[in-house]
Amino acid sequence: MRALATHRLASLVPIAAIMLVLPLMFPSAYYYRVAALVFIFALAALGLNLLMGFAGQVSLGHAGFLGLGGYAVAIGPTHFGVPPWLCIVAGAALSGLIAFLVGRPILRLKGHYLAVATLGFGLLIAIVLTNEAGWSGGPDGTSVSRLTLFGWRLSSSDAWYWIAGASFLAGATLGLNLIDSPTGRALRAIHDSEVASSLLAIDVARKKLGVFVLSAVYASVAGSYLALLNGHITPDISGFLRSIELVAMVVLGGLGSIPGSLVGAALLVVLPQTLTMLHEYEHMVLGLVLMGFMIFLRQGIVPGLAAFFARWRR
Amino acid sequence: MTILAAEGLSIAFGGVRAIDHVSLAVEAGLVFSIIGPNGAGKTTLFNMFSGLYVPQDGHVRLAGEDVTGLAPDRLARRGLARTFQNLQIFFRMTVLENVMVGRHRHETTGIFSDLLHLPSVARQNRKTAEAARAALARVGLAPHGNLPAGGLPYGALKRLEIARALASEPKVLLLDEPAAGCNPVETQELAGIIRAIVKDGVTVVLVEHDMRLVMNISDRIHVLANGRTLAEGTAAEVRASPAVIEAYLGVHGSREAQRAVG
Repeated sequence: MRALATHRLASLVPIAAIMLVLPLMFPSAYYYRVAALVFIFALAALGLNLLMGFAGQVSLGHAGFLGLGGYAVAIGPTHFGVPPWLCIVAGAALSGLIAFLVGRPILRLKGHYLAVATLGFGLLIAIVLTNEAGWSGGPDGTSVSRLTLFGWRLSSSDAWYWIAGASFLAGATLGLNLIDSPTGRALRAIHDSEVASSLLAIDVARKKLGVFVLSAVYASVAGSYLALLNGHITPDISGFLRSIELVAMVVLGGLGSIPGSLVGAALLVVLPQTLTMLHEYEHMVLGLVLMGFMIFLRQGIVPGLAAFFARWRR
Repeated sequence: MTILAAEGLSIAFGGVRAIDHVSLAVEAGLVFSIIGPNGAGKTTLFNMFSGLYVPQDGHVRLAGEDVTGLAPDRLARRGLARTFQNLQIFFRMTVLENVMVGRHRHETTGIFSDLLHLPSVARQNRKTAEAARAALARVGLAPHGNLPAGGLPYGALKRLEIARALASEPKVLLLDEPAAGCNPVETQELAGIIRAIVKDGVTVVLVEHDMRLVMNISDRIHVLANGRTLAEGTAAEVRASPAVIEAYLGVHGSREAQRAVG
């Protein structure tokens, strides 16, 4: 029993259980849609968390990869006749390749410099998607053909709930595997001391690049799902606010906490939906709630609550 | 056999020659100490040995090969390890995990097998943890493996850095002021640990201010002052050198010391 509770993947059991039970309480398809969005953003936040929470590198341009994945499933089927599922894979590969090429020079930078360089990258993608109207449909975006798998046409929200949920669990499994491995230990070491890491034979630049590519692939897949779920895509997917939103999800849920990425995504997806009843005060209340969480649970919601309960039990 | 050598090493920072044509040769299997007043360039020399600074002139040789300008991780792969004057602990990890990172050079799994947690990764983790526990035992920290590294007192953190470096199974271990901030009892334990390390065949290069420790355990001592070599020899030779006494005590102080001895 104890061995189960301390198992590497133990934190995924309650998440999977909630995922299975939750639909019983959904009064309408709209709830499936919101929950699917939560899992999709959680997947992107999870990848970013591997980069920020474990390796300690900031990216303010991750929505750029969200856009690459999203437009891959928009452009691939219409312009090249590639099936959408293959476009998800191709988009992820392209995002990984671009992350590799962009990451090599910019991951040498640290702190604010890295943040600004990634910010520039995100803006660049957004501008390209807006201006290349022939491919992307310009600022108004373009429609996305639905995903067909084994002859099924997946357009309903409940189908996406299960796809996104299962993908999040798969992504979280890979993430938890990584943390407890030679690569994961090296990344966590880099976070605390690059000098000590390099003198323990860790190739710091290569490890950072590896996790940057990985986080880009997560974001790309999430972007593809988002486009397929909505059936439409605009360059806003790569916007600066989207990038900030992803960072906020990671920090709010807890840097370095994989369940935290889900909690952060859930909060930032669900809260604006429920606050719409406050009309013009919506954004103000949202801002206050975020500030409150950061003031009282500085380590993030999941690690903060875990520490609180650990103290309380003693 | 010379395991680590500096040949005419020089480096300047903004016109100040921090190290000026320093040459030394460390024999394998011995304790080689580098001493000198504050600002003599001891840590700068260590930073050149470990690849953090690239010397502007001269060469560094490790086990006979020219390794000048090689990156730190390359040097570490060739069997060099070091500790730091101001601690470089991985504070977000447990004590055991800190030492497990030291095993990186012996770990063989790649990022894809790590993501999938293939059986090879589980095997690798077990082997790494086992070796890390053995390294912790060598510095007397075996019972504290599961503590967060931040939970250890200062003296224990110093030993944790030694264990982490030892876990990489180095040929040469550079220790940068391991006794700084340690009480006499801890310093004595440290002397025992260093002796045991050397007995296991690791060459130790030591930068240290605690003269009792230095005189006690060093086979050879190299004295630096203002970035230049002042003297080199055994503990007795260095202690008797007028140049060394002058560097430490000043001209006036050395006259006083001579009067006191004579």
